[in-house]
Amino acid sequence: MINEFRYLPDTEQDQAEMMEALEIHSIDELFKDIPEEIRLKEELVLPDAVSESALTKHLRKLAALNVHSHEVAVFLGAGTYDHYIPSVVDHVISRSEFYTAYTPYQPEASQGELQAIFEFQTMITELTGMEAANSSLYDGFTSLGEAANLAVVTTKRPKVVVSKGVHPQGREVLRSVSKGREFQLEEIPLAVDTTDLSQLESAVDEQTAAVIVQYPNFLGSIEDLQKVKEMAVNQKALFIVMANPLALGVLESPGKFGADIVVGDMQPLGLTMSAGGPHCGYFTVNKKHLRKIPGRIVGQTTDKEGKRGFVMTLQTREQHIRREKATSNMSSNQALNALASAVCMAALGKNGIQEMAQLNVEKADYLANQLRSKGFKIVNQAPFFNEFAVELKHSVKEVSAVLLEKGIIGGYDLEPEYGMKNTMLLCATDQRTKEEMDTLVSVLEEIAYE
Amino acid sequence: MNEYKELLFEISRSNRRACSLPQSDVPTVSLKEKFTEKFVREEPANLPEVSEPQLMRHYTALSNKNFGVDNGFYPLGSCTMKYNPKINEDVARYDGFAHIHPLQPTQTLQGSFQLMYELQEDLKVVSGMDEVSLQPAAGAHGEWAGLMIIKAYHETNNELDVRRKILVPDSAHGTNPASAVIAGFDVIEIPSNEDGTVDLEALKEQVGPDTAGLMLTNPNTLGIFEKDILEMAEIVHEVGGLLYYDGANLNAIMGITTPGAMGFDIVHLNLHKSFSTPHGGGGPGSGPIGVKAFLTPYLPVPKIEKSGEEFVLNSDYPLSIGRIKGYFGNFGVNVRAYTYIRTMGGSGLRKVSESAVLHANYLRHRLEPYYDSPYPQICKHEFVLSGNRQKKLGVRTTDIAKRLLDFGYYAPTIYFPLIVEECLMIEPTETESKETLDEFANVMIRIAQEVEQNPEIVTQAPHYTSVKRLDEVTAARKPVVRFE
Repeated sequence: MINEFRYLPDTEQDQAEMMEALEIHSIDELFKDIPEEIRLKEELVLPDAVSESALTKHLRKLAALNVHSHEVAVFLGAGTYDHYIPSVVDHVISRSEFYTAYTPYQPEASQGELQAIFEFQTMITELTGMEAANSSLYDGFTSLGEAANLAVVTTKRPKVVVSKGVHPQGREVLRSVSKGREFQLEEIPLAVDTTDLSQLESAVDEQTAAVIVQYPNFLGSIEDLQKVKEMAVNQKALFIVMANPLALGVLESPGKFGADIVVGDMQPLGLTMSAGGPHCGYFTVNKKHLRKIPGRIVGQTTDKEGKRGFVMTLQTREQHIRREKATSNMSSNQALNALASAVCMAALGKNGIQEMAQLNVEKADYLANQLRSKGFKIVNQAPFFNEFAVELKHSVKEVSAVLLEKGIIGGYDLEPEYGMKNTMLLCATDQRTKEEMDTLVSVLEEIAYE
Repeated sequence: MNEYKELLFEISRSNRRACSLPQSDVPTVSLKEKFTEKFVREEPANLPEVSEPQLMRHYTALSNKNFGVDNGFYPLGSCTMKYNPKINEDVARYDGFAHIHPLQPTQTLQGSFQLMYELQEDLKVVSGMDEVSLQPAAGAHGEWAGLMIIKAYHETNNELDVRRKILVPDSAHGTNPASAVIAGFDVIEIPSNEDGTVDLEALKEQVGPDTAGLMLTNPNTLGIFEKDILEMAEIVHEVGGLLYYDGANLNAIMGITTPGAMGFDIVHLNLHKSFSTPHGGGGPGSGPIGVKAFLTPYLPVPKIEKSGEEFVLNSDYPLSIGRIKGYFGNFGVNVRAYTYIRTMGGSGLRKVSESAVLHANYLRHRLEPYYDSPYPQICKHEFVLSGNRQKKLGVRTTDIAKRLLDFGYYAPTIYFPLIVEECLMIEPTETESKETLDEFANVMIRIAQEVEQNPEIVTQAPHYTSVKRLDEVTAARKPVVRFE
């Protein structure tokens, strides 16, 4: 009985006919080239197949073991954010013409995907102020790793200087990547909440391939991109910025400050948090680096009748053509997530993205002011976007546990990575209401004076 | 019918919008005061301005110009374009899976940790490995992670200075040599023999004390099982190298054999191939890696482990290659793969591979009289044909591919593997019905006849797609990669 599996159309009759055509008596004969000593003698020991409804029940139970953002107020950011996602986003990416397609190797049958990615590339370059983008990479951190690789290969220099204002996991990924092409990684500490520029200046030298900062940085603060750019330029190092694309709705673009490569994660624009993935790395550059960038790129062209169309282009950079000489090993991207972000960016539009970014600024500003008024110390000295560090009277772990009881997911504990004792990185996005923030402040106050 | 050809930027009009932002309930902030003038954006990002109905129609029109597995047969070799189950899509969108923050306290993520832990266990069984990490986001990412493990292993043994060579067969996926170079290795290509399998004599000549490892796909990209795999494993292990399994073609062997049984030390699995998660137009995928016990200290961190009744994150592995991606990998994709494995069970996965292999052999049998078949022995889940016969009549394989689009099929993978001239690489998968296979065969036969009788109809194809053949040369020479 093969038909107990709803994804398998073969009937016994079908299989009998195919075997007859092949002049075999059992399917087993098609596996006779697999040596006997490596053939499994028993069925795979996996849980038994279950029906659709039983499986739904099981998975609902598992999902219910998690606490999700529709039942609690999330003040945790640190690289992944609870933002407004227009309903239209999921409706578009649920169209199976998009999600069941492969990489558009046959452009004539994949114009929808290709045009959508071309539009994505345009929108992300608008935000970053850069001239060209690829179609996306795995996530913001892997984009950062690719940016460092590009800089090392292009400049033929062995050192990358990275600010500790870059997400700790981003720096972890960079460290792993650095062991591949074997470059040095030098971390520059923070002076309070932004990169220590004097230490940065002395670290950047003629061996430096690139200088990397995050914008806004991990503590939410705005780095002085102009000064960092000057330091990079002085030593002819590339200037790489990892930027939150939503913040670029109101912040001056890294392109304006002379960035050579701007990367980041599209998650704030239209992607569910999903426990950290799949998200979507973006990768933007100035034109002079266009032929060295990793991943798929969509370009505009015409068909033989002169009609506008789109294709994957500059493929001679890529692994399927160049093999060991490719600029990167990446084959897949995060096209569906890039599509989701494109829909979100288009839904927000020119005004909406500014308004949404402004809303984030205002919410975080309100929360910080409320905390200050209750005597809490806000660590940030530079202006911040939608998150900031606050000093508490108790350990973040203790405080988080109390908050959770009150239906609040507290912020990120800055002690392990930054040695900032009892300091929590709090985030207030457009989704946080005044009421939720007031509750948070009063609970923190209660805990502080217990 | 698809006359809609506008870009979003062309239908944009000032002050339209397709969003409804939360109303502000807090005081307004002057950006220029807060950030100083220098850091406030001078020129707004020129995003399109459209209404919600326009936006939906725009993307619906685009989707109508796009071909997915739900539209029809997608015989793209090595990509395993099987049906993408709908329950998987529903489950990944449950609040408790989609709307959770990766850095939440671990006691609020126990459901996802349990799912990931169980998926790791399942993948161990299917791959025959001892430990699995779900962190890699894709196959190539898994390859790179696996190579970094090989590197770390040789480094621990103080042999990395000499072990700098990764051996890769000439039939391998392009990602294999590319991943090896980005991991800092030199690549040595091993030729295939007449049967389409690795030339053992050439392999013996190339291995030595400088061998770091061998990367292999089995069945290989020609769809042929490397029957000498145990001998190859011995040759590589003998000189101290490790064996890496590219799991792109696992769909052929589930429940029949495992990479572990074949002697591989490290594998990656493409959950977006064998385990039914959608390809999304190029991604996201998921490329977990599995290793034999002696390599577990090198796996990426954090690892998801079980401690009593609780699931925990553990990063205390000093030999680990480190973190290779944010958080826990592509969790949303992994949810779908888990759902698929629970739907199929052990017996189901074996039936998947049996049907996939039967379909490939049957389809090849039907096409062999009309196209050159360079490797006539039994194949596994995919097979290659050559368009050499058609080329002599002035029709290239790319033309045949384009002509297929006219009949409502996607094209096979073409010109790959590189060792087959005018290659057509066809993977029918187990989820296609015999009727579909027969109809596709009939169309391929008809195209072969067209090549003989009316070649222009093939060389001028496609005729019925939303655009005609596109100028890829100009696109690359004068790249236009954004709307101006």
